[in-house]
Amino acid sequence: MNKLLVAESVSKNFGKFRALNNVSIAVPQGSIFGLLGPNGAGKTTLIRIINQITLPDEGRVILDGQALKPEHIKDIGYLPEERGLYKSMKVGEQALYLAQLKGMSKSEAKTQLKYWFDKFEIGSWWNKKIQELSKGQAQKIQFIVTVLHRPKLLIFDEPFSGFDPINANIIKDEILKLRADGATVIFSTHRMESVEELCDHIALIHKSNKILDGNLIDIKRQFKSNTFEVGLQSQNSETVIAEIKEKFDVLPASFKNVYDDIKLNVRITPETSPNELLSFLTAKAEVHHFVEVIPSANDIFIQTVKNN
Amino acid sequence: MNHLPLIIKREYLNKVRNKSFIVMTFVSPLIMVALISVVAYLAQLNNDKKRTISILDESGLLTEVFTNTDNTTYNYLNGISLEKAKTFVKEEEHYGLLYVGRGDLDEVAASVSFYSEDSPSLTIISGLEGKIEQKLRELKLISNGLDQQKIEDSRANISINQESFDGQKSSKIDNIFKLAFGGIAGYLLFMFIIIYGNMIMRSVIEEKTSRIIEVIISSVKPIQLMMGKIVGTSLAGVTQFAIWIILLGILTTIVSLVFGIDLMAAQGQQQEFIQTAMESPRIENEINLAVQSFQNLPLANLIIAFLLFFIGGYLLYSSLYAAVGAAVDNETDTQQFMLPILMPLILAVYVGVFTVIDDPHGTVSTVFSFIPFTSPVVMLMRIPFGVPLWQQLISLLLLVGTFVVTVWFAAKIYRVGILMYGKKPTYKEIFKWLKY
Repeated sequence: MNKLLVAESVSKNFGKFRALNNVSIAVPQGSIFGLLGPNGAGKTTLIRIINQITLPDEGRVILDGQALKPEHIKDIGYLPEERGLYKSMKVGEQALYLAQLKGMSKSEAKTQLKYWFDKFEIGSWWNKKIQELSKGQAQKIQFIVTVLHRPKLLIFDEPFSGFDPINANIIKDEILKLRADGATVIFSTHRMESVEELCDHIALIHKSNKILDGNLIDIKRQFKSNTFEVGLQSQNSETVIAEIKEKFDVLPASFKNVYDDIKLNVRITPETSPNELLSFLTAKAEVHHFVEVIPSANDIFIQTVKNN
Repeated sequence: MNHLPLIIKREYLNKVRNKSFIVMTFVSPLIMVALISVVAYLAQLNNDKKRTISILDESGLLTEVFTNTDNTTYNYLNGISLEKAKTFVKEEEHYGLLYVGRGDLDEVAASVSFYSEDSPSLTIISGLEGKIEQKLRELKLISNGLDQQKIEDSRANISINQESFDGQKSSKIDNIFKLAFGGIAGYLLFMFIIIYGNMIMRSVIEEKTSRIIEVIISSVKPIQLMMGKIVGTSLAGVTQFAIWIILLGILTTIVSLVFGIDLMAAQGQQQEFIQTAMESPRIENEINLAVQSFQNLPLANLIIAFLLFFIGGYLLYSSLYAAVGAAVDNETDTQQFMLPILMPLILAVYVGVFTVIDDPHGTVSTVFSFIPFTSPVVMLMRIPFGVPLWQQLISLLLLVGTFVVTVWFAAKIYRVGILMYGKKPTYKEIFKWLKY
């Protein structure tokens, strides 16, 4: 797949503190790329380098085949985590100003703004000042301003914070639509359920180093431990459990089930086929539940960070 | 992409449309004129008070000395004792009683006393003293056999004619003009820097506290944003200043016409003084000289130098203000950084006021007119006295050079500072930012 954005061994020091250490990432065209990491890992520094707010000390960033240059500003839309708007400025004027700073002409910006304001049904806000809007309303304006110039690359840092579930969902749908229209999205968040839901690629940064990256499904394959969640029903459960334990690694499990029966996590060797386990189990008891345990993004995050 | 005009426009409109800015612009001239009017009115009121001073002159030498004026009536008492005179003056509620005893001239001089209910005003006492002294001196001279007329004739009026080697004439009034011009220019710059420098600083802090800064600088270079802010705010400042001057002019005229208060020469005594002064031919001569000396001022040089040094000095300081704004999170934290900015500015004004008056081309004023942080103010004060072009050029070059370096420093601090939130930085940390 084509890479829209490539960072090649990027490093950045602030005085003696090394904020990024040889970090390389490759963001495939048209993907939603999750940039993950604990607080203070260096995500924001990397994002700021991509936005040309700070310059890297070493390494380089390539956007669409070219080394980053000032003209790329109009190709990027950035919604920072620390965000805000001029409080005493009117919504419309402010949106026009910010759009023009991104290189749009005034008339172009007006047309686009009308489209978005109609879409979100917020046309009546045009002449209001930001300080008259609620936090969620201001966030909507901020989102519109970020995507207005239809950039190739969208960078969202915690885009859902401050939104209620309904509006968060609207924004999520819009992000997916933008991707469908050809935009590539870098998505930085601590909310793992949205990573699970949205991202096809992730990179995990911890203590200034990249410790994991790749396709989320590949990573999950890599992290799965051939463990199966099993729910059985049998007259003599103790014998059954003893028999399974004899053949496989068994751990206690807890999951919700309508039957009050045996619940186990059974681990098989990579060479063993799940069918073998299943046929072994069907011979011993009634199988009500048989699911492979796939690690969640959350599990992967915690496990990787702890191991480093 | 050059967004500078866009940023300047936003900053300008944002300032000019701001409610408190509008109120300040239109209300402060009103307040100022109102204040001056009240002071002028009160001064007039005070001077309008009529008073009567009774004189008991036992020597009989001072009969012709005191003549009535608009405000003061002199009332001669004759043939009563001092005690009676005191009671009389008290009953009549006169301002006071001037008593002159008898004897030879020295005894008379020693006996002069003034009795009053409250302690008399200093101006009145010194006025009386002056008149008595003059009369007694004349009498003494006559008694020593000197001719009054000859003494009058022997007086000489001296006003040194000043002329430079290349033939430029000047006078004392000339110098006063020069001082006024330099003083006004220097003071104007000082005020401008303080008022609008602060405004720039606040607008930087506002961008930080509203957290919009990161959005903005993902689109424009920090230095562009900083310069846009400085220029936009300055234009708003120029607008405000212009409106102030026009409004002050209009209001002063209106107040003078409607209320008949002459604000320019508010105090009656001064008025009297000016009137008498105008009548004497010598002063008329001097006024002609003054008009001439105004024309003599190197006007072209003054105006160009004023513009250049004003802009240079203002930009130099305002970039520092912008850097301070970027370094802190809120206005209360700016205190520790303000002092180093204000110190050279205040120093410049002091040097300007004290040394330039004393000697415009002395070592101190010359040196300070080259040091970039004081040069705008000091040089502006010196230029009316004629500063060689090469000195002006070197000073200007130094100023521009320092400005470039300062902007570079300020932009560095600005670039790092605007993304720093939370704690108040120390000087050490700011120094580290320069290396990021």
